Amino acid sequence: MLSLALALAFALVGLAIALTLWRLLAGPTLADRILALDTLAINAIALVLLAGLALGTRAYFEAALLLAMTGFVGTVALAKYRLGGGLID
Amino acid sequence: MGTAVSEILVSLLLLVGGAFTLIGAIGLARLPDFPMRLHGPTKATTLGVGAIVVAAMVHTSVTNGRLSLQELAISLFLFITAPVVAHVLAKAARAERETPRGGDDPAGRG
Amino acid sequence: MSARLLPHPLMTLLIAGLWVVVVARHTPGSLVMGLLVGLVVPVLVRGFWTDRPVARRPRRALALGVRVLADIVVANVEVARLVLGPVKRLRPALLEVPLDLSSPYVATILASIVSLTPGTVSVDIDMAGRRLLVHALHAPDPEAVIATIRRRYEAPLKEIFGC
Repeated sequence: MLSLALALAFALVGLAIALTLWRLLAGPTLADRILALDTLAINAIALVLLAGLALGTRAYFEAALLLAMTGFVGTVALAKYRLGGGLID
Repeated sequence: MGTAVSEILVSLLLLVGGAFTLIGAIGLARLPDFPMRLHGPTKATTLGVGAIVVAAMVHTSVTNGRLSLQELAISLFLFITAPVVAHVLAKAARAERETPRGGDDPAGRG
Repeated sequence: MSARLLPHPLMTLLIAGLWVVVVARHTPGSLVMGLLVGLVVPVLVRGFWTDRPVARRPRRALALGVRVLADIVVANVEVARLVLGPVKRLRPALLEVPLDLSSPYVATILASIVSLTPGTVSVDIDMAGRRLLVHALHAPDPEAVIATIRRRYEAPLKEIFGC
């Protein structure tokens, strides 16, 4: 049963990533694309965690945590860039 | 001990998590303007990934036979950063409306 | 225990706890290391904490935390329904919530709570004008949403921090 649920969860998250990619390409505003990138990073975390569950290893935990951190910093940096001015103020 | 129970719980959490992640993405893809699109990822995706995190936590705890809490750090981090991301992006979108760039539709209504 | 050496005791505990959890080796050594990091980091970032209101009623704060967590789950079911339903029927609105809170720190907590709960995202905090700009996904009755935010989250926060 767990393997079935895992397969379904993979499918759901995969579909979510496809939709997010579509928004990333379609835009239309820069803010939309940044939001899509952020969502993509969070979906990637879900995917990495699912992969860890499927392969029965805990090695993926650090990757997921790093994705969460770099994804957040990247999003804020991009949004700051769009707001204009320096990255640090 | 209750491996069957934990398996049901993990499966349920995985499905709920996947469903909410997808709902967040659907919101991002189909809602008509930017401030509305902001709602999907900030709430549904955060909770969806949170549910998958809890699923991973329960699974590793049961298979290893001891409580594993470190996955919770991911969820905690996401819950703290989600409002910040929403806030800076809402601000960026407002700046965009005031000074639109060439090629992009400033109203965000593709 | 001076304010200079221990500017944020709760943050120290949080960092230490997080350290032990992430390292996942529950030995006394990792606890000592976590406490060390927890002691050094708040001192280093002290300059960023300009004002630091203290939660005067911790039990009330815990109750608010539980309420917010429950609301996040309820909010998600609600948002899921709105997102999957007909988009044409949605009535998005930009709301101005007047703030009673005088501390920017507490106002930020309120803004974060608003962003995580029922169909609302805070767009901007205007401390000079004492208002919070909130975008609602579906607000046929904007006044009701504003009243809910003020009663459900702002009033408890005011009570907890006393400002």
